[in-house]
Amino acid sequence: MPALTEARKKSLRREMEALLGPGAVLSDPDELMVYESDGLTLFRALADFVVFPLTAEHVAALVRLAQREGLPFVARGAGTGLSGGCLPAEGGLVISLMRMNRVLEVDYDNQLAVVEPGLVNLHLSWAVGARGFYYAPDPSSQQACTIGGNIANNSGGPHTLKYGVTTNHVLGLEVVLPDGEIVWLGGKTRDPQGYDLTGIFVGSEGTFGIATKIVLRILRQPQAVRTVLAVFNEIDQASEAVSAIIARGLIPAAMEMIDQLTIQAVEDAFGCGYPRDAAAALLIEMDGLAAGMDEQAARVIAACRETGAREVRLARDEAERQLLWKGRKSAFGAYGRISPAYLVMDGVIPRTRLPYVLRRVNEIVAGYGLRVGNVFHAGDGNLHPNILYDPRKPGEEQRVVAAGGEILKVCAEVGGSISGEHGIGLEKRDYMPLIFSEADLGCMARVKRAFNPTGLCNPGKIFPSRKGCAEAGFASRPHPIEEAGLAQRF
Amino acid sequence: MAHGTALEPPQGAGGPTARVPAPWEMGPLALHGHDVDGVNRCVHCGLCLASCPTFSLLGTEMDSPRGRIVLIKSLAEGRIELSDSTRAHLDLCLGCRACETVCPSGVPYGQLIEAARAEIERRHPGGPVRRLFRWLNFAVLLPHPRLLGLAATGLRCYQVSGLQRVLRASGLLRLLPGPLAAWEPLLPRLPPAAARAPLPEVTHAEGQRRARVGLLTGCIQQVAFGTQNRATARVLARNGAEVLAPRAQSCCGALHAHAGEDGLARDLARRTIEAFEAAGVDQVIANTSGCGAHMKSYGMLLASDPAWRARAARFAARVRDVSEFLCQEPLRGPLQPVARTVTYHDPCHVIHGQKIRKEPRALLAQIPGLRVVELSEADWCCGSAGTYNLTQPEMAQRLQERKIAHIRATGAEAVVTANPGCIIQIAQGLQATGAPTRVMHIVELLDEAYR
Ligand SMILES: Cc1cc2nc3c(=O)[nH]c(=O)nc-3n(C[C@H](O)[C@H](O)[C@H](O)COP(=O)(O)OP(=O)(O)OC[C@H]3O[C@@H](n4cnc5c(N)ncnc54)[C@H](O)[C@@H]3O)c2cc1C
Ligand code: SF4
Ligand code: SF4
Repeated sequence: MPALTEARKKSLRREMEALLGPGAVLSDPDELMVYESDGLTLFRALADFVVFPLTAEHVAALVRLAQREGLPFVARGAGTGLSGGCLPAEGGLVISLMRMNRVLEVDYDNQLAVVEPGLVNLHLSWAVGARGFYYAPDPSSQQACTIGGNIANNSGGPHTLKYGVTTNHVLGLEVVLPDGEIVWLGGKTRDPQGYDLTGIFVGSEGTFGIATKIVLRILRQPQAVRTVLAVFNEIDQASEAVSAIIARGLIPAAMEMIDQLTIQAVEDAFGCGYPRDAAAALLIEMDGLAAGMDEQAARVIAACRETGAREVRLARDEAERQLLWKGRKSAFGAYGRISPAYLVMDGVIPRTRLPYVLRRVNEIVAGYGLRVGNVFHAGDGNLHPNILYDPRKPGEEQRVVAAGGEILKVCAEVGGSISGEHGIGLEKRDYMPLIFSEADLGCMARVKRAFNPTGLCNPGKIFPSRKGCAEAGFASRPHPIEEAGLAQRF
Repeated sequence: MAHGTALEPPQGAGGPTARVPAPWEMGPLALHGHDVDGVNRCVHCGLCLASCPTFSLLGTEMDSPRGRIVLIKSLAEGRIELSDSTRAHLDLCLGCRACETVCPSGVPYGQLIEAARAEIERRHPGGPVRRLFRWLNFAVLLPHPRLLGLAATGLRCYQVSGLQRVLRASGLLRLLPGPLAAWEPLLPRLPPAAARAPLPEVTHAEGQRRARVGLLTGCIQQVAFGTQNRATARVLARNGAEVLAPRAQSCCGALHAHAGEDGLARDLARRTIEAFEAAGVDQVIANTSGCGAHMKSYGMLLASDPAWRARAARFAARVRDVSEFLCQEPLRGPLQPVARTVTYHDPCHVIHGQKIRKEPRALLAQIPGLRVVELSEADWCCGSAGTYNLTQPEMAQRLQERKIAHIRATGAEAVVTANPGCIIQIAQGLQATGAPTRVMHIVELLDEAYR
C-alpha cells in the first residue's frame, strides 16, 4: 500500500473533520500511540487516524472515504479485547464507537432493547434494572467492554453456561457494510425469514462491517439466586466436582474455577473472601424460580462435599455474593499484582479432560520457566490459563508465545478448540490450521469476500498469515484465501 | 510505509520512535526523580475506563486512566516528549482517583499523576504573571494563615461593599485575563469575621473522654468555612473527643502536591507533622477530603527523606476523616429528629482517596427522622477537584451539570457531602438552575441534630 503523504493526510483530516465536526479526528502521533494495543499488549499497531462518529451515516461516510482512498479501517469499542482484534494491523482508520453509546429504546413488554454499539455492557443492565430486567451475557470485562465488541467477538461470560453466548441474545443489527451501505440484519422478532445473517455477523470480529444499532433481548431478573463457594485442597478434586454436578443433571447458571495463584492475586486486590491456601475454588451460582432453589443448592453442596471439598459456603447475602463475583471478575487485572504482564489463553476442551489438560498446562508452562494462573469457565470447559511474564526480561516474550502455542495444541489434540470467546484476531490466526482444514478456511474466506470484497475492513485478522499457511503445509499452491485476495502479506 | 505495522514478538519493541532502549535495559522508571515505576503495574486490561469521568464524557482514550498511564510511561521511557497535546490530556485529569478504586492491579494512579504534574510544572513554569500568581498563592498565602486571613478580609470587603455587585453588573469582569474571569463567581462568599476567627485551641470533651484528637483547621477551610470547623469540633466533643486545634499548624500541602509544587508540599508536610506531634494527640482529624487523603500519604511523600520517613509514616497512620472517626463507635445521644429528605454525594478524596464509603451513610442512618435517598453516580466527581474548576472550567461545568441533574432527580431537600470544594461547586450549580436544594457538610447536619 502506498504511504500516505503528509499533504494527503492533512486533506483527509480536513475532510473528516468537516464530516464529523471538531475534536472527532485524531492524527497526532502521541495520541495515536495510546490506541496501539487492546487488552493484549503483546501486539501493537499504529493507525493513521482515530475517528469518532456519532451516527450510522457518519460511519457509512467514513467507510466510503476509506474505500475511495484504499485505506484499511477497523472498528474499536473499549479496547478490552484479548486477541488484538481492534488493532489497525495495516494502519488506516480506527473507527471508535465510544461516542455512540445510548440506549435508544426499551420495550419491556417484548423484552428487548435497541442500543448503540458503544454502550458499555453493564450499563444496559443498569438502564433496565429498575424495572426488574437485565442483559444476560456477562463477560468479566462487562464494567468496561461494549456491546459492539461483544457482538464482534460473540463474547461469553460466567453465566454462559445456562444462558448462552452473545449470539443467543441478539435479535437484529443495523450494519454499515464494508462498502458503506447501511442494512438491517434480522430485526425485532425472534424468527426472521431468509438467511440468518445476524448469526453470521455475530462473531465475525469486525471483518464483515460495523454494527451501528443492535436489538438485544433483555431478561427478567431471576426470582432467586444462590451462590456457593467450594474450596479444595487439590485441583483434581475441583475438576471432579464440576463433572459430578453436571452428572446429577443440575445446570448451574455459572460454574467458575479459580486456582491458588489467582486467589492470591484477587485477595491482594480486593480481599474478597477466598481462602489463600486453597489449591482451587469453585464459584457456583444457581438462579431461577424460588421454589426448589434451596434443594438445588443442597444438591450442589453435597456434590462438592462428596468430591472432597474441604469447605463449602453459601453466600449469606447480596453483598457477599457481589464480593465473590468481584474477585472472579477482576482476576485478569489482578494478575498485575504479581506480574507486570500476562498472556491469556482461551482454549476450549471437553469438560471430562479438565484434569489432564490442567496438568499438561502446568507442565508446559513450568518447562518454559514461567508461572501460570488459571481462572476459567469450568462448566463450559473454557480454559483461561494466564501465563505470567515480564516484558522487561530478555527472551520472555518469545517464551510466553511458545508456551501458549503448545497449550493450544493440547486443546486441539483432546478435541477442543483454540478460542472460546476472546476471538482469533491477530493473536491466534496462525493457529487456525490446528482446528480447520484448508477447505474449511477456504469456505470462511468466501463468506468474508461476500461481505468484504476489498479486504479493507479489519485486515490481517482471523486468517493465517503466509507464514502460518506454510507451517500448516498449505503453501504448495496459491491458497484459496490468497486467491480471494485476502491473504496477509506482511 | 506510513501506515502502522502490526509488530509481533520478537520484534515487539518499536512504535513511533526507534531510539528507545529495550524494556530490559531500563531501570525503575522515574520522571525527574519522581518514582513512576507504578506504571508497570498497569496490565492494560481497560477495566477502569468506564469509571473515569473524563473518558466517559469524551470517549478518547488519551483522556482515560489507561491512556494517561501509557502517556506517563512513554514520557518516563523517553519514547515521547512532553508535547502540548500530552500535557493537555494530563491536565484534563481530575485527579479524582476513581480509577484507583476499580483497578484490580493496584496501580497507584494518584502518585503517578502527581509526578507527572510536577514534571509539567518543571518544564512549563509559564510566563511571569502565572509564576507570580502561583508564588503568591502557594508560597505566600496558603502556608501563612495570617496573610490568608488578611486576604480574606479584603475579599469579604469586595463581596459585601457592593463592589462585587457593581463589577459583575458592569461586565468589567470580562476584561480579566482568560480563566480569571471564570474564577470570580466561584469565589466562596466569605462569612463575617467572627466565623473566620480561629477555633479555640482546646475544645473539651463532653461526657466520658474517648480520645484526644487534633483537628486540621486548614488554610482556605478556616477562612471560608470556619462554621464547618466549629461544627466539627462541637460534634467531636459531643462524642467524647477532646479537640485540639494547634495554632502552629499551617496548610497541609495537598493543594501544592496536586498542582505539582512538590518541594513546598514536603515542607508543609513537615510543619504539619511537627505541629500535631507537639500537641500530643492520638489521632488527627480532617473534615476536607483532599487534606485527609493527602495527610494519609505523608509516609510516601517523605519516603525519600531518611530523617522523616518513619515519623511521617507514624503520623499518616493516625489520620482520620471525621466520618471515619465518628463511626468507630455509635453516635452518642441524644440526637434530635431531623425531618428531611437528603441524598449523599461522595467526595472523590473521601471515597476514592480514602476508600470511605460506608461510614458517612452509617452516620446518616443514625439521625432520627432523616430519610436518605441514594444518588446515582454518587461517587462521580462533581467537577470541583481542588482547583480544577478554575483551570478546566469547561469540563468542570459538564460534570457539574451531570451531578446537578442526578441530584434533582432524587427530589432531596438537601445534599449532604463531606468536603468544602464539593459544597461550593454543587451549591453554585444548584443556584444556576434555580433549585432550592441546600448543600451541607455532614458535620453540619449532625450538629443540627445535636441542637
Ligand atoms: C479483564 C478482562 C476480562 C475479560 N473477560 C471476558 C469474558 O469473560 N468473556 C469474553 O468473551 N471476553 C472477555 N474479555 C475479552 C473482551 O472484553 C471481549 O472480547 C469484549 O467483547 C471486547 O469488547 P470491546 O468493546 O472492548 O471491543 P474491542 O476490544 O474494542 O474490539 C473487539 C473486536 O470487536 C470489533 N468491534 C468493536 N465494535 C464493533 C462494532 N460496532 N461493529 C463491528 N465490530 C466491532 C473490533 O473490530 C474488534 O475486532 C475480557 C477482557 C478483559 C480485559
Ligand atoms: S484497571 Fe488498572 S491495570 Fe487495568 S488498565 Fe486500568 S489502570 Fe491499568
Ligand atoms: S483520576 Fe479521575 S479523571 Fe484522572 S484518570 Fe483517574 S478516573 Fe480519570
